Amino acid sequence: MTIEATQKSVMPALGNREANHPSSMVAMFGADEPLVLDAGLSLAPFQLAYQTYGELNADKSNAILVCHALTGDQHVANANPVTGRAGWWSALVGEGKPIDTSKYFVICSNVIGSCMGSTGPASINPATGEPYALDLPVITIRDMVRAQAMLVDRLGIDTLLAVIGGSMGGMQVLQWAVSYPERVFAALPIATGARHSSQNIAFDEVGRQAVMADPDWRGGRYIAHGCRPHKGLAVARMAAHVTYLSEAALQRKFGRELQDREALGFGFDADFQIESYLRHQGMTFVDRFDANSYLYLTRAMDYFDIAADFGGSLATAFRNTKTRFCLVSFSSDWLFPTSENRAIVHALNAAAASVSFVEIVTDRGHDAFLLDEPEFFSASEGFISSVAKARGL
Amino acid sequence: MDTAIASTQSLANAAATRVDLRVIADLVSPGARVLDIGCGDGSLLALLQARRSVDGRGVELSQAGVNECVARGLSVIQGDADTDLVHYPDNAFDFVILSQTIQATRNPKIVLQQLLRIGGRAIVSLPNFGHWSIRLHLGFRGRMPVTENLPMSWYDTPNIHFCTIRDFVAMAEELGAKVETAIALNASGERMGMRMPWAFWNLFGEQAVFVLKR
Repeated sequence: MTIEATQKSVMPALGNREANHPSSMVAMFGADEPLVLDAGLSLAPFQLAYQTYGELNADKSNAILVCHALTGDQHVANANPVTGRAGWWSALVGEGKPIDTSKYFVICSNVIGSCMGSTGPASINPATGEPYALDLPVITIRDMVRAQAMLVDRLGIDTLLAVIGGSMGGMQVLQWAVSYPERVFAALPIATGARHSSQNIAFDEVGRQAVMADPDWRGGRYIAHGCRPHKGLAVARMAAHVTYLSEAALQRKFGRELQDREALGFGFDADFQIESYLRHQGMTFVDRFDANSYLYLTRAMDYFDIAADFGGSLATAFRNTKTRFCLVSFSSDWLFPTSENRAIVHALNAAAASVSFVEIVTDRGHDAFLLDEPEFFSASEGFISSVAKARGL
Repeated sequence: MDTAIASTQSLANAAATRVDLRVIADLVSPGARVLDIGCGDGSLLALLQARRSVDGRGVELSQAGVNECVARGLSVIQGDADTDLVHYPDNAFDFVILSQTIQATRNPKIVLQQLLRIGGRAIVSLPNFGHWSIRLHLGFRGRMPVTENLPMSWYDTPNIHFCTIRDFVAMAEELGAKVETAIALNASGERMGMRMPWAFWNLFGEQAVFVLKR
């Protein structure tokens, strides 16, 4: 297949256009600035697409880095260029919001391996002129953070006032605090873990197998073949989406209600509202996300285990840290349950770190960190303003 | 403990707690590492940071309390004295404070043992169930005492393990702890004479503050 043909097949899917021509600012890193990867390889050239909000102050002390979750992106507080919907954390970040962009300079970059403009499997490999697909080395959370640190360097910022994020974003926050303790004044990891649990790896594997079982996946070379594994990726998303909710919330929202019908259909259409809802979630997801990115990013989460880098001791990872931590968990989150978050708190306690922890009571499951949760917002606002004060802002 | 405890306890003892917090603050040495268990809205920690420049940490059960503490810039963990103290290393703090909370724990003895393990010194304040007004209430009216400082009925009180000053001292002795300082406060919240015998304190002290050492 020629490059020309490849590009033709790429154009109709907006998601792929964003992958190579993002509507964000882009930091380019050339052959002289390779990204050293945990896989033992280095990636060069590479690029990071990012958004910023607010103004960096004169002494560059008001910068907050936001880290996004698995299927999130850099569009924290502006309309998403693919979906047209409000930024994923626009309830938390913005002018007059808990993370007030009239006071703070907020940065968010698309993680390496994703598909919204930072180098990932859908990006064109300069060596071949075709998308990397599975030729991209496996990425880890630490690689994502290493790339972000290069961007923060590029922006001329030495120490971040805070690094915040939920879920996979929370993993990056923890990794930042471990990799660059002196550059993180405060850390706000939300609904996360210091390692991926066996159950979480299991769900990730189900999702990946669904993608790879789709004949249109074509060994990862679907873009070159002019097709995409829509069905596999949609199933992966449907399974994952269940893990973001809670049984109580599902029962409350959908119960056993039927979808557009009076009686059971005695067939395999979406009889129930929950089925219809999940199918919708799966279908809309494939329009905005790259299937190979889904493989890479879930793999990065699977590999995440901070303690493993420190002889199995999480407390050792945080030894002598000066960073101020605040952890938040949600009571009905069974993907990153309170116990996983508490394990981090205990390790920080053992390391004599400055740490706060709050469990928000909600039935909305893991997704709660993306939703309007007033207690979560007030804790975040309180923490960020107290650390800003401590830093003399 | 359930979530009712922290709030009801702080309400129940609102007037009295103010006094014992001031007494406690005077017992903490400047610059010390302090863990305040059941820290409520962080009043004592804030007082200790302002007056004693301590490196303070807190544990609090209620979400509202933790949020208030976090907003004040205090390092506070949502947690439970009965279950969460095991996670702290030995000698992690110079002082571990348990104010007006021990009577609401499921296992007061284990909790005290943990305090003595985690802290160089444990500061414990408690309401005295041996106070004459309580004895009178139970002795003559034959009903469980409901007083200004302990206003809840037996069936809805979070205070499931009441003790007298002498009971507490006996338990501390059983654990091999040394009472370094003991202060009794009368009904007006005034300190009672140091030289009084335990029996006198046990009758007239409405609450007591102890500094214990392993």
